[in-house]
Amino acid sequence: MTDSKYFTTTKKGEIFELKAELNSDKKEKKKEAVKKVIASMTVGKDVSALFPDVVNCMQTDNLELKKLVYLYLMNYAKSQPDMAIMAVNTFVKDCEDPNPLIRALAVRTMGCIRVDKITEYLCEPLRKCLKDEDPYVRKTAAVCVAKLHDINAQLVEDQGFLDTLKDLISDSNPMVVANAVAALSEIAESHPNSNLLDLNPQSINKLLTALNECTEWGQIFILDCLANYTPRDDRESQSICERVTPRLSHANSAVVLSAVKVLMKFMEMLPKDLDYYGTLLKKLAPPLVTLLSAEPELQYVALRNINLIVQKRPEILKHEMKVFFVKYNDPIYVKLEKLDIMIRLASQANIAQVLAELKEYATEVDVDFVRKAVRAIGRCAIKVEQSAERCVSTLLDLIQTKVNYVVQEAIVVIKDIFRKYPNKYESVIATLCENLDSLDEPEARAAMIWIVGEYAERIDNADELLESFLEGFHDESTQVQLQLLTAIVKLFLKKPTETQELVQQVLSLATQDSDNPDLRDRGYIYWRLLSTDPVAAKEVVLAEKPLISEETDLIEPTLLEELICHIGTLASVYHKPPSAFVEGSRGVMHKRLPARTGSGEGTESPDVGNVAGGSAPEAAPSIIPSQGDLLGDLLNLDLAPPTTTGPPPPTSGMQMGGMDLLGGGLDSLMGAGFGAAPAVMPASLNAPVGGGLGDLFDLGGGVGMPMGAYIPPKTVWLPAMKAKGLEISGTFARRAGVIQMELVLTNKAMSVMTDFAIQFNRNSFGLAPAGPLQVLTPLGPNQTIEVSLPLSTVGPVMKMDPLNNLQVAVKNNIDVFYFSCQYPISMLFVEDGKMERQVFLATWKDIPNDNESQFQIQDCHLNSDAASNKLQGSNIFTIAKRTVEGQDMLYMAIKLSNGIWVLAELKMQAGNPNYTISLKCRAPEVSQCVFQCYEAVLKN
Amino acid sequence: MIHSLFLVNSSGDIFLEKHWKSVVSRSVCDYFFEAQERASEPENVPPVIPTPHHYLISVLRHRIYFVAVIQSEVPPLFVIEFLHRVVDTFQDYFGVCTEAAIKDNVVVVYELLEEMLDNGFPLATESNILKELIKPPTILRTVVNTITGSTNVGEQLPTGQLSVVPWRRTGVKYTNNEAYFDVVEEIDAIIDKSGSTITAEIQGVIDACVKLTGMPDLTLSFMNPRLLDDVSFHPCVRFKRWEAERILSFIPPDGNFRLLSYHVSSQNLHPLRSASLVAIPVYVKHNITFREGSSQGRFELTLGPKQTMGKGVEAVLVSSQLPRGVLNTNLNPTQGTYTFDPVTKLLSWDVGKINPQKLPSLKGSMSLQAGASKPDENPTINIQFKIQQSALSGLKVNRLDMYGEKYKPFKGIKYMTKAGKFQVRT
Repeated sequence: MTDSKYFTTTKKGEIFELKAELNSDKKEKKKEAVKKVIASMTVGKDVSALFPDVVNCMQTDNLELKKLVYLYLMNYAKSQPDMAIMAVNTFVKDCEDPNPLIRALAVRTMGCIRVDKITEYLCEPLRKCLKDEDPYVRKTAAVCVAKLHDINAQLVEDQGFLDTLKDLISDSNPMVVANAVAALSEIAESHPNSNLLDLNPQSINKLLTALNECTEWGQIFILDCLANYTPRDDRESQSICERVTPRLSHANSAVVLSAVKVLMKFMEMLPKDLDYYGTLLKKLAPPLVTLLSAEPELQYVALRNINLIVQKRPEILKHEMKVFFVKYNDPIYVKLEKLDIMIRLASQANIAQVLAELKEYATEVDVDFVRKAVRAIGRCAIKVEQSAERCVSTLLDLIQTKVNYVVQEAIVVIKDIFRKYPNKYESVIATLCENLDSLDEPEARAAMIWIVGEYAERIDNADELLESFLEGFHDESTQVQLQLLTAIVKLFLKKPTETQELVQQVLSLATQDSDNPDLRDRGYIYWRLLSTDPVAAKEVVLAEKPLISEETDLIEPTLLEELICHIGTLASVYHKPPSAFVEGSRGVMHKRLPARTGSGEGTESPDVGNVAGGSAPEAAPSIIPSQGDLLGDLLNLDLAPPTTTGPPPPTSGMQMGGMDLLGGGLDSLMGAGFGAAPAVMPASLNAPVGGGLGDLFDLGGGVGMPMGAYIPPKTVWLPAMKAKGLEISGTFARRAGVIQMELVLTNKAMSVMTDFAIQFNRNSFGLAPAGPLQVLTPLGPNQTIEVSLPLSTVGPVMKMDPLNNLQVAVKNNIDVFYFSCQYPISMLFVEDGKMERQVFLATWKDIPNDNESQFQIQDCHLNSDAASNKLQGSNIFTIAKRTVEGQDMLYMAIKLSNGIWVLAELKMQAGNPNYTISLKCRAPEVSQCVFQCYEAVLKN
Repeated sequence: MIHSLFLVNSSGDIFLEKHWKSVVSRSVCDYFFEAQERASEPENVPPVIPTPHHYLISVLRHRIYFVAVIQSEVPPLFVIEFLHRVVDTFQDYFGVCTEAAIKDNVVVVYELLEEMLDNGFPLATESNILKELIKPPTILRTVVNTITGSTNVGEQLPTGQLSVVPWRRTGVKYTNNEAYFDVVEEIDAIIDKSGSTITAEIQGVIDACVKLTGMPDLTLSFMNPRLLDDVSFHPCVRFKRWEAERILSFIPPDGNFRLLSYHVSSQNLHPLRSASLVAIPVYVKHNITFREGSSQGRFELTLGPKQTMGKGVEAVLVSSQLPRGVLNTNLNPTQGTYTFDPVTKLLSWDVGKINPQKLPSLKGSMSLQAGASKPDENPTINIQFKIQQSALSGLKVNRLDMYGEKYKPFKGIKYMTKAGKFQVRT
């Protein structure tokens, strides 16, 4: 007597039989038949042909039968919309039923039928149900609004359902509140800009009250909604935290994690010296530890989130290292995550334990895990300096095991240890060399070759060792080939007498017999260096290498902050901002710093770093932005792959110097130096100049007094909430040829701020502070200071997106804060941007038409003279003016601080407030920014 | 929210699908199957899998993958917790959660899933409410239904769904009023080669079976509530009262439920002596060696009781995954039976009770593949055991009181310690 009998009737004529049964007079037979239909449906059989017969069974007092028919309807209404109309009447009738269960069921089912014609009839019953006396019906109706919105968003808005839904947030029943919040949150997701969940202290209070009384699922919705709120001050923040902390003891792990999110976020606002702050930190640890005793799937999600939490606030779990120790039967995905967190928590205090564990893991069965464990030992050595010696000896022990993949992995990490602590552990090289023959993975071979080349002078038979690799040169992977080439050149520079033949051999192998452009180019560069200036070659190739940094895989701080706000979501599992993968919101927020993902993904791609970076450390960023991008090439400036491993690194610019030439920069260097035509406008272009004529057209200083340069109004760049009380607003200006960043610093915290300093990340035009930030007196609470910071344009260059984006780090005695702002490109327009008319014409023709872009400036009421005058104030110089059929054409030139010329044609028709502007430039990326400036200048 | 659910059996067939919004083609599971193929073991399939338009979040329970499909940003734990609830509900309704049981009750399964989620939002997940809505199938009821034509769907609005105590239905009546509580502690530990403890922690739960008439209000107090520092409560527990008085005060659900779970680590056991650890009830002496060049290996294992609080250690089961190179074993147990599966290389020894006078041991030799090199890895020994009538942490219930009802209930409390993940490295 089980349902499995429904699966067995697969013979022919089944549908026909069912039809007969459905139309049977006997109730029982009817029900059995509907059950059979449902069973067929669940296994994916098409029973839509029975639609009218099943719908006929709907008019019944039997609740089970009714539900079964509803189930069927939801599945097939879409394919039979005309038939589905037949069901509408019953629905409408059921919505009036005295039994609230039936009312709710009807409105719920109706919402699931995704047929337009039915949806129209849904509105009235839904409106009634939203105001039903029974909370069960109201809560069902709340969800129904979300369903309807999914089917027909416009209808929901027109019918005013959104307002009714908002009213339900103040409902007396907590479940209704929770469902209203859930529905609104879902609707808000498809309307990112709408202000549906308009949170204010009153509504927050209602939510917090409902939080205590609603179901666990409702608590999740409410907590996730609370997390979007920004409290007014630390008082409010603390009181919310106090009311949320009991949720940490909930049995449902999703409730716990959502509560953790709210607390982590609101904690930001609490002053650190507050007692409550410390209490809260202590309260967060136990629930996180408890999550790790749950099922492996829960553990995985918890671990991914803990990974973020320990990066943000390592103090929470610093004593809980042991809970991350790996059990041998943990699933692999849990093991790998635990390992990662172990390294993050490793410190001098616990390193001995950690190393003992890691060594144990290195003897496990799972190859991936073993490899990662060995790598982790290397990361510990780099992170905790005091442990380096221990780590090296542990690695040597592991090498003695002769387990092939362990040895290879160990050699790769020892290379990194050498990089971090040069001239300290070279005594182990002999042991490494013993294992040369067993290396068959490219990464390990490359690492070993790097070691041999780097320490060639200490290895007696370095030439023999390298020669042995050279035999099968063409069968090696590119990574090994490049490394071998570099190593032999190093060897040659160190021991020129014995190795001339070897270097000849490798250079010819690389340049003549290889069809890999990277290898060939590198070969040629070395060849030329060696043949033209061996001294320079030595300086370049044997240059001192920068140390690799300690924490190589930290998530970049702004991204980390964003992710902390998304604890418990998919974003936190993938360590990517939601805009990066949630459909629909793509490309809105995503374009910021190159996102460094967690080490889970980070270590998968170290190859990139190694290929591009030659002897690049493991620390090399795994993301190398589009090398030799056009703008970079055009600027013909430092093309080093940016090493943004997190905050704008103040030192990386200098550090990379020597390396780049050999590594990543090489290809671009070749490309830019020899390939692409220099884009800088030849300033000495000796075109014939029609003296007087030129002067005549030189309208520049002739007409009226030029107005001052356009200065955009100040905007808030760094809100106080994000910077522990420091608020920064500002703007940019160009005054007398000097670019100035005008900052207003406001101390909104309770304590005095001192020791201000500022730094910029690399940016598209090499902007850099030309002096220190002049805040001499300490900034007291509620004090404001205005500072003007002169900027130079000779800093390191990296293309940003958008082009005029500037990432800034401001330090004070409290912390370092990061923000980004956009500067008007007009700041970079230099005063000597005037151009001879002939030159202008020639250049205009010279720039390919592909580089021309057109824009519209709307609603601008200036005549051509006034416009020209206004623009000149911002160093946009009018070179010539033409009037054709009542249309004024202004030809203008702009020179950017890095030597790029932009030529413009501005068309204005008398009486028409809309101008057309065409911009031509060899670096068309700048056009958009230039256009924005035009618009800003002309309209202000 | 949750879009669809697919149930996949161990051979990779989808045997049930349920959609709460529009229908998602089952081809979306191909991404899951790919991940399944890549995973070396069934339990190694990653729980969150991205596909171009959806995310698949899965749990593996009773050798069935429960694969939920979501389309927008939904907290993964929310989905996983919900899937657990589905598994629990099936188990509750059908006794077991197997493919056969689900197929046998497919209509009930469908009705349940429909009640549990509405448009992807959880609707009724409390077993009390569900049981009022949809009656669990029993042989008797099936027979009665066929005769009388009545149904297994409740006609009434489930009362619990609206009350402030959604976990309890009204109008409960029993002739024998009883409340039983089981304090069950599992010890998770890693012991290293030399026998010292690397980590040890206790995961405890208090499971209750309460069959009381009416609306009883219970309070439960402990002799040593200080131990309970890291706890997760059933929603019925009044948190404020616990915070203030360290007393559990609650209106219990009807029937079986988990009142609380807790976690005890070495720190909160002995806050002053941080070096001391959770008591380890058993010890293992082992000598597993392989010699280079020999095709034989030695295997010796002896078990003994350690800190057992005077109680006997029983239901001891030792298992170990031997290295791949081991072809077979020739071992002699002093008690119990042992098996070795030459295919999976799993050694398991059912010891039974440990007699402190005559310690159980398992000794003998292992034969290795001739000519193969000595295995690299050291097997880990997994031990299971039970200790009745004692909770390892020392947690003790002081008293249980009932308010709100007149009758005198029968009360009972039981303690038990079990091994959780108890691993000894060799």
